[in-house]
Amino acid sequence: MIALLRRDLRLAIRAGGGFGLALAFFLIVVVLVPFGVGADMAVLGRVAAGVLWTGAILACLLSLDRMFALDFEDGSLELLVTSPLPTEGIVLAKAAAHWITTGLPLSLAAPVLGILLNLPPHGAVWMVISLLVGTPALSIIGAFGAALTVGIKRGGLLLSILVLPMYVPTLIFGAEVARRGSEGVALGSSLVMLCAISLLAVGLLPFAASKVLRINLK
Amino acid sequence: MTLVAKNIAVERGGRVILKDVNFTLQKGQALILRGHNGIGKTTLLRSLAGLQPFVTGQVDADMDTVAYASHADGVKSQLSVWENLEFWAQTYGTDLSDDVLESFDIADLKTRRAATLSSGQKRRLGLARLAVLPSKILLLDEPTISLDAASVRLFADFITAHLAKGGSALIATHIDLGLPDVEELDLSPFVTSADAPNDGFDEAFI
Repeated sequence: MIALLRRDLRLAIRAGGGFGLALAFFLIVVVLVPFGVGADMAVLGRVAAGVLWTGAILACLLSLDRMFALDFEDGSLELLVTSPLPTEGIVLAKAAAHWITTGLPLSLAAPVLGILLNLPPHGAVWMVISLLVGTPALSIIGAFGAALTVGIKRGGLLLSILVLPMYVPTLIFGAEVARRGSEGVALGSSLVMLCAISLLAVGLLPFAASKVLRINLK
Repeated sequence: MTLVAKNIAVERGGRVILKDVNFTLQKGQALILRGHNGIGKTTLLRSLAGLQPFVTGQVDADMDTVAYASHADGVKSQLSVWENLEFWAQTYGTDLSDDVLESFDIADLKTRRAATLSSGQKRRLGLARLAVLPSKILLLDEPTISLDAASVRLFADFITAHLAKGGSALIATHIDLGLPDVEELDLSPFVTSADAPNDGFDEAFI
């Protein structure tokens, strides 16, 4: 599993691997918002948490379809599935590699981009925390979606349609944590719910994704 | 390590294409699968590798000792030749040495990115993966595609050495590999008859 994670990270930073694409996309989406909404600082501060979370979700989506599709095309997915690695382990390693190359950099870049949206400093702290807790769920839910669409030519669009609705609970509670954090009010149960979503997703979805992957490889 | 297949039936696209297939693959034995295109050699190998379920029948073998190689090489083009093999060695928990590259004549290409290899070189890299694995039973689907005569000999030498070490191999191929005393398994007796002609009555409509 570690070997697979290391291989996927290495592939991501090599030419054509797509590392940094999600980050650049995130940057552009966030920069576009003030152009659309106008430069009213009060309005921007109010929507900052939601915009950063929506931007992060869209950026996550960008690299999902490559997760299994590339290995499927060159035949290495079949070889991996027939190797002693458990299929659940393959899914987890792939999702972890996706998180390290997208979720983690997005979380760390969010406070910097928050400045553009007039996100208050104490809000930036909660922004990073909410993204760090929430993005693993995005990667593993995305892995499930990618497993569902693995054999389909140009399944990227279908993948988005399947995965985006599944992202809704994470978005609701993630943005809630960030919003309450930036307004300085009590977090309530939102952070607990966000943690629960991530833990449930990481705990259950690898099994579902591995089943789906095996069906799609038939 | 033996692999015993009892009365197995396999399907492709929802239709059973081979049934009542029985054979035994003994330790140190190579069995060549023969049959015309589309007869179901790939489907049989994929089923034996555990990628798809059997319709009926069972296979007695320790699945941990089975390795499968498909038409595709499974080579990552952004990684170097060495990195590709190293990954499989780590996955299976074995050590990778230069001897493996020597035996498939790709030692000169060690640091080259796989994207720059010719299809024959890529194929040799794909086959070199098998030498890295600790697996005893090899299921090989058309292993000699895009190989020249010299490379086919290298591959035959590898299989011979593998058999001598007590391994076994089930190989689907159309060419003569030049292996000493191999047995052949012709799949044509196991083909199911084509679907009965449709007389206009379809149960699915009921």
